[in-house]
Amino acid sequence: MSEWRLYEVFVRSKHGLNHKHVGSVHAADNEMAMENARELYTRRNEGVSIWVVPSETITASASDEKEILFDPSEDKIYRHASFYKLPDEVGHM
Amino acid sequence: MYAQMVDTGTKRLKTLEEMSPEERDFQEKIDAETKIEAKNWMPEGYRKTLVRQISQHAHSEIVGMLPEGNWVTRAPTLKRKLQLMAKIQDEAGHGLYLYSAMETLGADRDEEIQKLHDGKAKYSSIFNYPTLNWADMGAVGWLVDGAAIVNQVVLQRTSYGPYSRAMVRICKEESFHQRQGYQILLDMMREGTQEQKDMVQDAINRLWWPALMMFGPHDDESPNSQQSMVWKIKRKSNDELRQMFIDQTVPQLEFLGCTAPDPDLKWNEETGHYDFGEINWKEFYDVLKGNGPCNRERIGTRRKAIDEGAWVRDAAVAYAAKKQQRDAA
Repeated sequence: MSEWRLYEVFVRSKHGLNHKHVGSVHAADNEMAMENARELYTRRNEGVSIWVVPSETITASASDEKEILFDPSEDKIYRHASFYKLPDEVGHM
Repeated sequence: MYAQMVDTGTKRLKTLEEMSPEERDFQEKIDAETKIEAKNWMPEGYRKTLVRQISQHAHSEIVGMLPEGNWVTRAPTLKRKLQLMAKIQDEAGHGLYLYSAMETLGADRDEEIQKLHDGKAKYSSIFNYPTLNWADMGAVGWLVDGAAIVNQVVLQRTSYGPYSRAMVRICKEESFHQRQGYQILLDMMREGTQEQKDMVQDAINRLWWPALMMFGPHDDESPNSQQSMVWKIKRKSNDELRQMFIDQTVPQLEFLGCTAPDPDLKWNEETGHYDFGEINWKEFYDVLKGNGPCNRERIGTRRKAIDEGAWVRDAAVAYAAKKQQRDAA
């Protein structure tokens, strides 16, 4: 079984929503990954669409990169609508 | 509990001052209820404890299919057979969710399964008892899945993200298991012959104590609990969980019109809980050591399944390789 690749599984729970990561499966090929994902993660109407992706093809940010990646956005409060105060007379904008 | 006596490798808890900066940072995250994810730094002991606990939990789900598999061809009606098969398939699924959570910690599924088959890894003691009559299917669903739910509901808040998310998914599916079990017993008690009613009481008599053992030894006999609680892998102690289970189960037992095989079981007005008798701990440790009524049979069945299925797995790999070659050409 160690020859079987690991796949990450993403499920779209309803039309109009994003696919969301739900877990992983082992499989010999893409087709079997799809079948296994269907049996494992959608036994009770959990989804309308499935993606399976070989785990090794995913590039993920490392936890020690957190500051480099995400800190710069913290001091840019002018990127949020709430930064701009408008007089009440203007109404909803 | 599906994981009993998980070794944390710690003899004594470290104070914050004794910890390395990384450890302190980690413990502060845990204390602030921030979930730990696969890529975060974690102490080696935390990782190992989780691999042990999650694999033991997964093995329990997988071995847990066997006592029920015994009744698929003997279920009294097609309806009951379909329900039982759905429950067993869920358990395979739960085992796989858990192996998948375990693999995020860098453990290999095949290696951990090999440890189970070599007798080096544990699974819950409960699955080493035989299922002798149809009422056992009801009692297993009601008592065994009931005890598992008490434990797993709390584990939804465990500190490791992938384990916690697997628990959320499992808990959603588990209540069907308990309800179908209880309904089997209820039907037998309401509409059954005297012989069938006796089967229900017989199943409860045999499974009551082993179900209470699922929560593991008393807190003061559980040397690893303290570290697991500080790491918030465990959120409630063995004795607390056992009491919760008894308090919620006794009224259901009375509603069935059955009794527990425990003369000391009675409501305590003062504490607001049920008092109950002492568990036979010798039996518990014997079963855990591999000397329960069905230990050898269970592992034998698992090994046979893996060995006899080898050609299917080989064929799948060969087919995938051939198809890839053909697609490339």
